[in-house]
Amino acid sequence: MDVLLAQLLNSLLYAAVLFLIAGGLSLIYGVMRIVNLAHGSLFALGAYVMAWGISRVAGASGAEPAYLIVLLPVAAAAVGATGAVVEPLFLRPLYARAEEYQLLLTFGLLLILEDAMRYIWGATPLTVSPLWASFGSMHVLGATYPRYNVVVILLGLATAILLWAFVFKTRFGVILRATSQNRRMAAALGINVSAVYVQAFALGCLMAGLAGAVIVPIQGAVLGMGVDALILAFVVVVIGGLGSLEGALVGALIVGLVRTIAIQYFPELELAVLYLIAAVVLITRPAGLLGRA
Amino acid sequence: MSGVQHSPDAAMPLDTARGAHGVQPALWYTAALALLALLLPFLEGVPVIGWLASPFQRIQLTYGLVFSIAALAFNLLLGYTGLLSFGHAAFFGGAAYAAGLLVKYLHVYSMEGFLLAGLTSATVLAAVFGSVCVRYTRIFFSILTLALSQVLWALALKFFWITNGTDGLSIPTPILLGGLVGTAGDKVRFLSFTYYYYVLFIFFICVAVMGVIAASPFGKALQAIRDNEVRAQFVGIGVRRYRWYAFVISGAFTGVAGALFAPLNGLTTPDILHWTFSGKIVFMTVLGGFKSFIGPILGGVAYNYLETYVIKTTEYWQMLLGIILVALVLVMPQGIVGVFAWGSRRERRNR
Repeated sequence: MDVLLAQLLNSLLYAAVLFLIAGGLSLIYGVMRIVNLAHGSLFALGAYVMAWGISRVAGASGAEPAYLIVLLPVAAAAVGATGAVVEPLFLRPLYARAEEYQLLLTFGLLLILEDAMRYIWGATPLTVSPLWASFGSMHVLGATYPRYNVVVILLGLATAILLWAFVFKTRFGVILRATSQNRRMAAALGINVSAVYVQAFALGCLMAGLAGAVIVPIQGAVLGMGVDALILAFVVVVIGGLGSLEGALVGALIVGLVRTIAIQYFPELELAVLYLIAAVVLITRPAGLLGRA
Repeated sequence: MSGVQHSPDAAMPLDTARGAHGVQPALWYTAALALLALLLPFLEGVPVIGWLASPFQRIQLTYGLVFSIAALAFNLLLGYTGLLSFGHAAFFGGAAYAAGLLVKYLHVYSMEGFLLAGLTSATVLAAVFGSVCVRYTRIFFSILTLALSQVLWALALKFFWITNGTDGLSIPTPILLGGLVGTAGDKVRFLSFTYYYYVLFIFFICVAVMGVIAASPFGKALQAIRDNEVRAQFVGIGVRRYRWYAFVISGAFTGVAGALFAPLNGLTTPDILHWTFSGKIVFMTVLGGFKSFIGPILGGVAYNYLETYVIKTTEYWQMLLGIILVALVLVMPQGIVGVFAWGSRRERRNR
C-alpha cells in the first residue's frame, strides 16, 4: 500500500513537471502555430539558472527552503526573457514563410542553446540536492514521502489553475484566444498581434523555465535533459491535443502514470510504450484527446 | 507509375531546370565533378589539387558521398513532397545495425549482404513508419517521424545484450563482390581506394535512379502534392498513397547510405539512430539547398568537411552548426546551390 501510494505520488510529480513543459509548448502552438523545437532546451536553461543561482547564493553549505521561493521566479523570468528576445529576433521574419523554416530555425536554436549551456556551466551536472533534503519528509496516509516533491505537485496544480484563470477570465486571455482563433480579425479589431505573440511566446518559455527550476533540486541539471524533455512533451501534446491546455494536463497525467508503471514493470520498453500510446491516439483521434480538429 | 495516367508533358527535366537558365552549366559542372571523382585516386602527385587526393581526403569524400545519398533520399520527401522528416536516422541507423547484426549473428562479411540487409530493413521500417506517418502532414508528420525513430533508438540502447548498448556493434572489413575485388592490405588503403570506388559507383547508381524518379510523372505528382494537395487530389492523384510511396523510397535509399556507412565507420553506435542525427541529415539538405535536385549532394559532402574541420577546431561544433542553420534559414534559404545560381545570374547580367 505504501509503495503504491508513493508510486502514485511519483507519477503526479512527474505529471506536474510535464504539464509545465507541455503546457508552454501547447500555449505557444495554440496562439502562434509554431512548434518550438528548442522548448526542451529552455526547460534545461531554467534548471541551469536555478542550480547556478542556488549554488551562488547558498554556497556549498546547504540550502534553506526560503531560497526556493526567492530564486524560482527569478529563474523562470530569466527563461521568459530569453523567449521575449528570441521571438522578435528570429521567429518574426518567418511567419510569412513555409512552416518547414520555423522547424529548421528552432532546431538551429536548440543546437545553439545546448552548446551555450555546456559552454557556460560545463559538462559536469550541477546538483542542489541539499535544498531538496532541507524540506525533509512528511507522512501521507501512512507513507513517508519527501515534502519537496509534494510542493512540486502543488505548484503544478496551482499553475494549472492560474493559467486557466488567466486564459479564460482575464482581458489578456480574451485577446490571446481571439488572436489564436483569427489573427487577421484580431489585428483588424485593433489588437497589437506582434505584442501578443511576444507575450505568448515569453509566457510559454517562462513555464518551461519554471519546470526546469522546480525539478532541479530533485534531479539536478544535466546536459541532454532538454532534448529528453522535449520528446516527452511531444508525447504529452500528441496525446492531449496540440494547442489545448486541458489536453496538456490530461496528457501529462497519462504519461506520468504510464511511465511510472512502465519503469516498475518493464523498464526496457518505457519509451516504446509511451510512443505506442501516442501512435494509437494519433490514429484513432488525430487531433488528440482534447484537441480541436 | 502504378495505374495513374499523367499527361506526357508532365515528364519535364529535373528541378535544376527551374527558371530555364543554368541547365547547361549545371550539367557541365556535374560531368566535370563526376570525372574528377573517378580520377581522384590517381591525382595524388598533381601539384595544386594533390592534397585533395590524399588517402585521408578520399576517405573524407567517401563519408561525404554516403551522407549525400542519405540527404538526396531525404530530399525526395522534403523538397519534392513537402514533408519534413525528423526520423531519417531510423532508416540510416537501422540499416547500419542490420549490417552489424548480420556480422554478429550470421557471420556474414559480404558487402552485398550488408547492402541487401540494410535495404530490406530500411524498406520494411519505412513501410511500417510511413503507414502511420503519412496520415499527417506538416508539424504532426515531423513529430511522428521523430517519435517513432526515437523508439528505435531507445530499443537499441536498452536491449544491450543484442546491440551492445552504447558500445555499438563493430563491423570488420567486408568482402566486396563476393571476393572478386581484393580486400587484402591495410585498412586505409582499402577504404581510400577499393571502398572509395565501391561507394562512388553506388552513389552514381543512386543519383541516377533518384534523378529518374524525381523527373518521372511520379516525381511530378509528388511536387503537385507539395504545392497544392487539394488540386493534386482533383486531378486524380491518390495523395496519401503517393506520400507513402515517397516515404518508402526515401527510407530505402537512406538505408543504402546507412549500409555503406557501417563498414566505413567500422562501428555502429546508437548515435546514428538518435534524432539529432536525423537533424544532421536535415542540416545537410538545407545547407546544399532543398529546392534543387543536386543541392543535397553538395550539402552532404560540404557537411562532412564542415564537421571534420570544425570538430578539430572547437569543442562547440554543435553551436556553430546551429548558427549556420539559423543564418541559412534567415538569409540564404536556397543553400549552396542558391549562391551558385545567384552568381551565374549576375554573370549573365554583366554580359
